[in-house]
Amino acid sequence: MVSALENGTVLDHIPAGNVFKVLEILGLMGEKNRITIGINLDSKYLGKKGIIKIEDKFFRDDELNKLAIIAPKATVNIIRDFRVVEKKKLTMPEEIEGIARCMNPKCITNHQPVKTRFKTIDNGNEISLLCHYCEKITDVKGLY
Amino acid sequence: MKKSLISIRDFSKEEILHVLEVAKEFEKNRVQNILEGKVIACIFFEPSTRTRLSFETAVNRLGAKVIGFSDATNTSVSKGETLKDTIKMVSNYVDMIIMRHPLEGSSRYASEVASVPVVNAGDGANQHPSQTLLDLYSIMQTQGHLDGLTINMVGDLKYGRTTHSLLQAMSHFSPNFIFTAPDELKMPVEYKDFLKEKGIPYKETLSLEEHLNDCDILYMTRVQQERFTDPMEYERVKDVYRLEASMLSGVKPNMKVLHPLPRVNEIDQDVDETPYAYYFKQAENGLYVRMSIIAYLLGYR
Repeated sequence: MVSALENGTVLDHIPAGNVFKVLEILGLMGEKNRITIGINLDSKYLGKKGIIKIEDKFFRDDELNKLAIIAPKATVNIIRDFRVVEKKKLTMPEEIEGIARCMNPKCITNHQPVKTRFKTIDNGNEISLLCHYCEKITDVKGLY
Repeated sequence: MKKSLISIRDFSKEEILHVLEVAKEFEKNRVQNILEGKVIACIFFEPSTRTRLSFETAVNRLGAKVIGFSDATNTSVSKGETLKDTIKMVSNYVDMIIMRHPLEGSSRYASEVASVPVVNAGDGANQHPSQTLLDLYSIMQTQGHLDGLTINMVGDLKYGRTTHSLLQAMSHFSPNFIFTAPDELKMPVEYKDFLKEKGIPYKETLSLEEHLNDCDILYMTRVQQERFTDPMEYERVKDVYRLEASMLSGVKPNMKVLHPLPRVNEIDQDVDETPYAYYFKQAENGLYVRMSIIAYLLGYR
């Protein structure tokens, strides 16, 4: 049964296909608290969107901003006592670590246990990632 | 603070010029035991002759000792040791690590794991900064300066790391570029975008003849078979350009032909006898420039 959230975080306007990636990036795959997810909900902006409600969990901005590469238009609502006490948008971090994979098959990060690290490049329309190691560009499309 | 040289972008314009100045000093006097008592590791996970021998010669001429390997098959790497562990172990023994590795980004990673400076002697198709510095040294030596020159890059401009790094390094010195390449091997868009952003002019052509007479430096490259994933593509383009002495009748008197070597068919041997050939001297310059890089990173120059 889905009930209203008393305390917790609501992530809205996630591209429908990226809901599970969001859970993964936030480290919620083994989470014990109640999580409600909606996928393929109608959205004016995205066509189909996803939404995630997590009970009794609050995130630091740097944790949330990691989502900016796969859900740049996501909004974050902080709920306390059934009320939205804060609403925020994500900011693209200058660097991201340990999330995306480098698309260069000869990059060291695809062969050895090295945490990936990228500079984010925003050309206005699209985000791309410059690998800190092999210096090649990875498109955000088809990241995982 | 330890300083490594992984990508030519790690050096500012001032540092580039400093290293070139110091290289001049080593060219005048190539035996200087300033690193006596030091040990430097040359670890080559991939074959190389010129680069490895010139680095090892540079270390010896500076009075330091060399340890290392030129083939990873006889090392713990063949037992599955990670690069991290190899580097951690080696950096406990030595004062500097010079490394070549087939994977791109391996040297950057090594520099983060090592407790001593790392010099990248080539990481796959990515960077080879000592080559770039010796190219700059050769350009400066033949032209007297680096500013406002017209550089014609010929051959594999798509996979050739030397042309990409040279382009980045020369961007400090208001150059003009000509890119001579077949359609399959054109200069990648990201480098052209970089030039546009910096307001540096370039022209592209398919014809080697077209811009021979208006360049100061003709930078020839080999089409490297090992960089191709499609053997048919390699066959189509491998012999696309061939420079011969007879083509050089109208060139500028100061024009020099550079090539990172090894060459295959792209420069005929009859060019060697012309006053424009500079590639063997360029290779020799590698020694002085590598001595300079080592001395600078270890804080001796």
